Amino acid sequence: MNIIFLIIAVFTVAMALYAVMTKDRTMAVLAAGATGLFASILFVMMAAPDVAMTEAAIGSGLTTFIFFFALRKVKRGQKNG
Amino acid sequence: MVKKGFILLMIVALGFMLWDFVGNYSSKTELADVSSHYVEQGPEELGAANVVTSVVVTYRGLDTLGEVTILFAAAAVVGLLLHLNRNENEQRREGSELLKTGTALLFPLILLFGVYVFINGHLTPGGGFQGGAIIASAVVLSVLSDPNKKAGHTALTVIESLSGLTYVLLGAAGAILAVNGFLDNRILPLGEYGSLLSAGLIPAIYSVVGLKVGSELSSVVISFKGDSKEEEV
Repeated sequence: MNIIFLIIAVFTVAMALYAVMTKDRTMAVLAAGATGLFASILFVMMAAPDVAMTEAAIGSGLTTFIFFFALRKVKRGQKNG
Repeated sequence: MVKKGFILLMIVALGFMLWDFVGNYSSKTELADVSSHYVEQGPEELGAANVVTSVVVTYRGLDTLGEVTILFAAAAVVGLLLHLNRNENEQRREGSELLKTGTALLFPLILLFGVYVFINGHLTPGGGFQGGAIIASAVVLSVLSDPNKKAGHTALTVIESLSGLTYVLLGAAGAILAVNGFLDNRILPLGEYGSLLSAGLIPAIYSVVGLKVGSELSSVVISFKGDSKEEEV
């Protein structure tokens, strides 16, 4: 239990760092979504299923898609302008 | 060079400030006064099997109302800003066959699961916000699989406004009819502990919150998708 917990925690931090460090926007958004997913697993393991559901649905689901929609809009604006 | 020095200084200062929390951390073995009241008296007072729900909806109901208001403001601003420069006639590439078939299968199931989550908010983990977010993720799926579909923006706005109004009215009814003021759930009988129709007003309030959050997040997603051909009212 404890070791699995630690591994997932390390993954969470690694994904968050990768999202900040990488130059590739797409990978950054995906890594941010993965951070949310791993964090929600941590929440379940810490017996907070309510928070975990919110984190999984909003943190790793909706925000990722909204980021992609926004990125596409920004790229289109650059082409036009 | 000076800038880097400042950054280093800030990090060290922050570490110094936070060291106290980390160094002297010891996990608590018992709850504080208010929390233990919620945990011990909550099920008895409010009849909700999920203690988190009884805190979110009733004890700290005003905070939830504030969160819903913030979400409403965010959705309204997103809609307003993206409404200004939308591109009406752009044709979007359709989703692949796999995505379309998968969506046709999963969309109703995810929607149903969202409704299940917020109706059972007082019994099982989850509630209005979680259920609403799940509903919005179903909407994301349908938007991805068929981007050219007309979005029922008007219907979403109507659902959102009506459920928001109902939420406030239910809270006000608690203030007038029940003992403990705004958002008290005991104006309906508490019912049998652990059954679906129990915990007084909580299922009603959570359903309304779920509808509101679901329609708000969906309208945010649809606004971001762009070219939503709004039905003229």
